[in-house]
Amino acid sequence: MNQTATAFAIGAAVLVIVPLMAIFVYLLIKGVGALNWAFLTQTPKPVGEVGGGMANAIVGSGVILGIASLIGIPMGIGCGIYLAEYGRDRFGDVVRFTADVLNGVPSIVIGIAVYSLIVLRQKHFSAFSGGIALSIMMIPTVARATEEMLLMVPNNVREAAFGLGIPKWRTTLSITLRTASAGVITGCMLAFARVAGETAPLLFTAFGNQYWNLNPNQPTAALPLQIFTYAISPFDEWHRQAWAGALILIVMIVAAVAAVRIATSRGTLKGVS
Amino acid sequence: MFSIPHIDRAVNDADSVKPMNSPDPAEQAQNSMTAMPALAQAASERQAGVASSVLQRIRTWQPRSSRLPDAAFRTLILLTAASVFAIVVFIVWELVDKSRLSLHQFGLGFFYGRNWDPVNGDFGALPFIYGTLLSSFLALLMAVPLSIGVAVYVTEMCPVRLRAIISFLVELLAAIPSVIYGLWAIFVLAPLLRDYVEPFLAKTLGWTGLFTGPMYGIGMLAAGIILAIMIVPIIASITREVLTAVPQNQREAVLALGATRWEMIRMGVLRNARIGIVGGVILGLGRALGETMAVTMVIGNRPEIAKSLFAPGYTMASVIANEFSEATGDLYLSALVQIGLALFLVTLVVNALARLLVWSITGSAGRARA
Repeated sequence: MNQTATAFAIGAAVLVIVPLMAIFVYLLIKGVGALNWAFLTQTPKPVGEVGGGMANAIVGSGVILGIASLIGIPMGIGCGIYLAEYGRDRFGDVVRFTADVLNGVPSIVIGIAVYSLIVLRQKHFSAFSGGIALSIMMIPTVARATEEMLLMVPNNVREAAFGLGIPKWRTTLSITLRTASAGVITGCMLAFARVAGETAPLLFTAFGNQYWNLNPNQPTAALPLQIFTYAISPFDEWHRQAWAGALILIVMIVAAVAAVRIATSRGTLKGVS
Repeated sequence: MFSIPHIDRAVNDADSVKPMNSPDPAEQAQNSMTAMPALAQAASERQAGVASSVLQRIRTWQPRSSRLPDAAFRTLILLTAASVFAIVVFIVWELVDKSRLSLHQFGLGFFYGRNWDPVNGDFGALPFIYGTLLSSFLALLMAVPLSIGVAVYVTEMCPVRLRAIISFLVELLAAIPSVIYGLWAIFVLAPLLRDYVEPFLAKTLGWTGLFTGPMYGIGMLAAGIILAIMIVPIIASITREVLTAVPQNQREAVLALGATRWEMIRMGVLRNARIGIVGGVILGLGRALGETMAVTMVIGNRPEIAKSLFAPGYTMASVIANEFSEATGDLYLSALVQIGLALFLVTLVVNALARLLVWSITGSAGRARA
């Protein structure tokens, strides 16, 4: 029985790692084959013509993620500061619970809510509404990460600041937050990496676009949206481009997470624990 | 750093002397800043009422120059925290408001109607509920043993050097966007199922009625498998946390009684971590219920209830993703929003339950897990 259990555990580990390896290998093989300079600089060509690219989707994703980060990160950090500094009581527990609940809401439901709030009122799709939907998804992750990092700053740092006469708002911003900054940045990048791959909320907020668009008030292409559209299409050329787009997406995400790890291992927090 | 003995003693004494008036938790947090031996002693010598008000004023005193900025900052921060509430309230409000038409038309019969007929305006959500539940159940069936196996392996059996690598790889599974899972599932998993797995299953287990019918590759089985791959990292990481939270003396006690390693794991570790593992499983279920993109790409998108797992199906999230932007007419849109409302409520309950269970084991400070 002991050996069976050990064999099962090892088998489970192998069985979990195998699809992961398979996904990465396929992404590399099929993606690299379709990746070329034209892919990164051109907009989609009509069906049947070879070539074309996803440049507008990459830039559009950048715009939407930029809007999402501009809204989501400050709100998330503010919420995290509340949970760590002011919210150690019952009400703080309720806020923490609500943030976790918000974390678990399916992304498509958030898309529906933002659709009825913004898109229906404006009567058109926009990158702005897509950014808002993604920022809603970022807030809980950033808030919880910020809270955890702020709680790790030892109390005597705050006390020393109070002892010097620094008011609480200044302490929180310049001293506590700065001490925890590496961890907070990690949390933000993780939230960013998570929403970078989200497609469902963008399906009917940003909606996608075949052409260049830098106006946040118009429908905008996004990389995950484009991958989805191409993947379910019946055209081989589009399937190839979907793999290339997927490779770029995963490279972006892994690069973001890796950059965070490198920055924090070499970064400001090494001396303080 | 140099240390001054009498100041150190004073600081240490201050931390150990408790004031007489019993403060609420908010005041406790301020005590570490202002507790001084002399004041604490003075407090214990006076009557509780007078002392508490004096101490209260001392503890909450702020210099005049920072009173306004502090209040402004606190208000700003409170607003961002309240915004989390506001967002949840606004989501619920929009869902209820936009589904009012369909709620009025169909009422609760919506949830056991079997027809999804946009052309004639007849909407019933049972095929989607069935598809969601079945695909999630399949995913759990496959993912739970695998995740617990991986977690047990990593925490108990693995050589220490491999531990970090395998944990990292499992967490990496969680970082892959679901649209990439869907892409891989369409072009790699579905042909694999169609050419090898489904004929094999039909030959060996076809008599059960679960593995009959045309083998498309795309269908409920593919959706269940890809969902299982997606929820393994969640269940595995939570299981790993609760397994490491089991105190070492439990393991040692069972080993001292002469148990083998598996018996030690079963009796000493898994039994103690049961509640946390159940919480992790429920969390994985919550994720599986709400998963949209990967499922949409491989489930076949047919709004019918079929017995065979080879048959295409439809889930609540998939129908919204596929048909929302093309819905003609207010009733159609309203029916889709009603499905969204149902999905929201179900995942709300499931996630709340899971969080309560996991927090009861790992403490309320919790983990910032996606």
